[in-house]
Amino acid sequence: MDPLQLFRDISQHPADYARQWKTRTGGKVVGNFCSYTPQELIVAAGALPYRILGSGADISRADSYLQAYCCSLVRGSLEDALAGRLEFLDGAVFPHTCDSIQRLSDIWRMNTGFGFHADIILPVKLDTESAVDYMVSVLRRFRQDLEKGLGVTLTDARLADAIRICNQVRQLLATLYELRRTRPGVIGGSDLHAVFRAALVMDRVELAEALATLVDQLAAAPQSQDESTKRIVFSGGLCSMPDIYRVVEEAGGRVVWDDFCTGARYFEGLVDETREPIQALTERYRERVVCPAKHAGIYNRGTYLLEKVKENRADGVIFLFLKFCDPHGFDYPYMKAMLDKEGIPSIMFEIEDQLSSEGQLRTRCEAFLEMI
Amino acid sequence: MPSDEKIIDPDKERRKIKCDSKMREIMAQYYMEAKTPKEQRGKPIAWITSGGPVEPLHAMDVIPIYPENYGAMIGASKMGVELCERAEEMGYPRDLCSYARADIASATVNGGPIGGLPEPDMLICCNNICGTVLKWYEVQARYYNVPLFILDTPITHTEFNDEMRRYVTRQSEEYIRFLEQVCGKKFDYDRMKVVGDLSIRGQELWQEILDTTMNRPAPMTCFDAFFHLAMIVTLRGTQTAVDYYEMLLAEMKERVAQGIGMLPNEKYRLVWDNLPIWYRLRWLSNKFIERSACLVADTYTSGWTSWMPFVDRSDFLGFLGESYARIFLNSGTDIMADNIIRMVKKYDADGVVFHSNRSCKPYSFGQYDIQRIIQKKLGIPTLMIEADMVDERSFSESQIETRIDAFIEML
Repeated sequence: MDPLQLFRDISQHPADYARQWKTRTGGKVVGNFCSYTPQELIVAAGALPYRILGSGADISRADSYLQAYCCSLVRGSLEDALAGRLEFLDGAVFPHTCDSIQRLSDIWRMNTGFGFHADIILPVKLDTESAVDYMVSVLRRFRQDLEKGLGVTLTDARLADAIRICNQVRQLLATLYELRRTRPGVIGGSDLHAVFRAALVMDRVELAEALATLVDQLAAAPQSQDESTKRIVFSGGLCSMPDIYRVVEEAGGRVVWDDFCTGARYFEGLVDETREPIQALTERYRERVVCPAKHAGIYNRGTYLLEKVKENRADGVIFLFLKFCDPHGFDYPYMKAMLDKEGIPSIMFEIEDQLSSEGQLRTRCEAFLEMI
Repeated sequence: MPSDEKIIDPDKERRKIKCDSKMREIMAQYYMEAKTPKEQRGKPIAWITSGGPVEPLHAMDVIPIYPENYGAMIGASKMGVELCERAEEMGYPRDLCSYARADIASATVNGGPIGGLPEPDMLICCNNICGTVLKWYEVQARYYNVPLFILDTPITHTEFNDEMRRYVTRQSEEYIRFLEQVCGKKFDYDRMKVVGDLSIRGQELWQEILDTTMNRPAPMTCFDAFFHLAMIVTLRGTQTAVDYYEMLLAEMKERVAQGIGMLPNEKYRLVWDNLPIWYRLRWLSNKFIERSACLVADTYTSGWTSWMPFVDRSDFLGFLGESYARIFLNSGTDIMADNIIRMVKKYDADGVVFHSNRSCKPYSFGQYDIQRIIQKKLGIPTLMIEADMVDERSFSESQIETRIDAFIEML
């Protein structure tokens, strides 16, 4: 199959993919919520790490468990679980990040009835020695939880394999970003979004194969003549709005980088294959740019964003936030101020539901791109 | 027309808590010292989160200042909306915690009832109450350009394990090193022992005061506790707090002995969950009093004694990290439900009032489950009030009044 078509299909029906994978392999599927889920350990346990993003369906059941001032990611994911749309999951993993995910873990544990439930109670700061030591012990505990919860033995050899394959995926995803950066137009934003959406749920071996084919295909494609577009960097938590790419492109822009946990943060930083595996996993998280729910100095994310803007010769930044996302809300003013100081234009969109206000989004996006 | 204010109702006078004025005096003194120019006061200032380990600061002669306490003062003075709106103009979304918004804005305009807080020399952030404080203190660390210490306290979803214990214990040591560095002097371990004892004594007294409401009629309500709480938050670990609470406890015991209740007619007894609605304290208090409902206890003010089971008198500093990590808010929703159930039984309550507080996600998410658990295990009615602790724009008076009426009928 054309790899792009495969990614498009899976991104539209990720749950179907997981169900088929399960039938096909007899393996277990472990839901997870965050780029701080050590997917290597889940892969090494022979299970499929499945990133839960919420299908965007109307919320009714979750209203009895979560107030309306909770973000659509948390409410939507719980809705899917309660409505039986995630029946293929054998369990779920909750890395400690924000207050909302923290409480979702409790509500999920008490109400959804999936067998395996693990909290990975990570440190919030990643810049001290004691925090790093603690993180190592947390990942060791998670490894045991997985073994007990899934009834498997997680050997060092399997973990080394998992690390290798996940590194391969990261390198291939990074190559895709590089291709897009140096040859604009080689892959459309919504297609790249589809690749990532699929990458968050696919069997990592299958994923690596499909990505390799795609990268070869794109590298051989003729160079696009389209060089006049305005180069945009996205900043935010995650993107669950494929149409935003179309909006940007139709307004004459092209996305060249992002700092999404479903984008660059997913692939940035490799796990050192020569080190003790748990130490190496920890080290990757320590070195990578943080999610705003984590702390690694007070300018970590702002500095990173500026670097990426410059590196990618971007013309402007679009901040894309989920409404009610506190960590991003707190970081926004200082990150914007850092951009302002360097004369980099930016605009912010707060999104509650998928496509809820596309008209307004389009108008503002067009005005922004015209201005820069 | 004669002024209503001049008519003294002797029954109302009798019910008033006499210590109130002393409390105001002490708090005024505390803020006055802190607001004295640095050259005169000599002592450095640390801003610290409400659930943060203040005792080492006292041992080092650092004045602790609580932006959350100031947030409450801003709310009670009904100055919250203006400051929250100012923060929104600065780019902070309206959905963020109103204490944080009010404080961030206040810092830039010297706002609020005392014209802004004194500038910090350092920031101490303990995330046992929420993840919001981490982001909030990062904002202030950038604004004031002062050192920030983070005490990271892993949550007890279901258990507190050895790895967590090691991590928080190591951080307590790092905290001491941090203070030595910022203050430029050695840590005083002898003084720490004294402060630790005073802290424990203060908390014991505070719990005893809260427990006087086990009596019928209750000598005070949680609305009084919201007021007298300021001392255990801001002056925990000082002789001042111990002396004051001894005085308050004596008064409460005296009221109990004389059968003086806060309500003229105490028919129903209720437990309150979550932070107070600061700008409507009196209004809410009156609504319940008019309906003969006495709020005898609350999860909020008792939060400052919820680490007591994990404190070790002989080694206060050694258990500092663990005790601060294990407060009730830093635990799983079912543990929080158990806490309320214990309170309902202890204070013999007939119902529970939940404040679903837009500003406090870790406190509010899970309340619907707790409601169901209480209904199932105790079979008593519960009430959910949607509001915000400081931002009055999220308060709908008529809707809340209707709900209170419907709730009282169910009791």
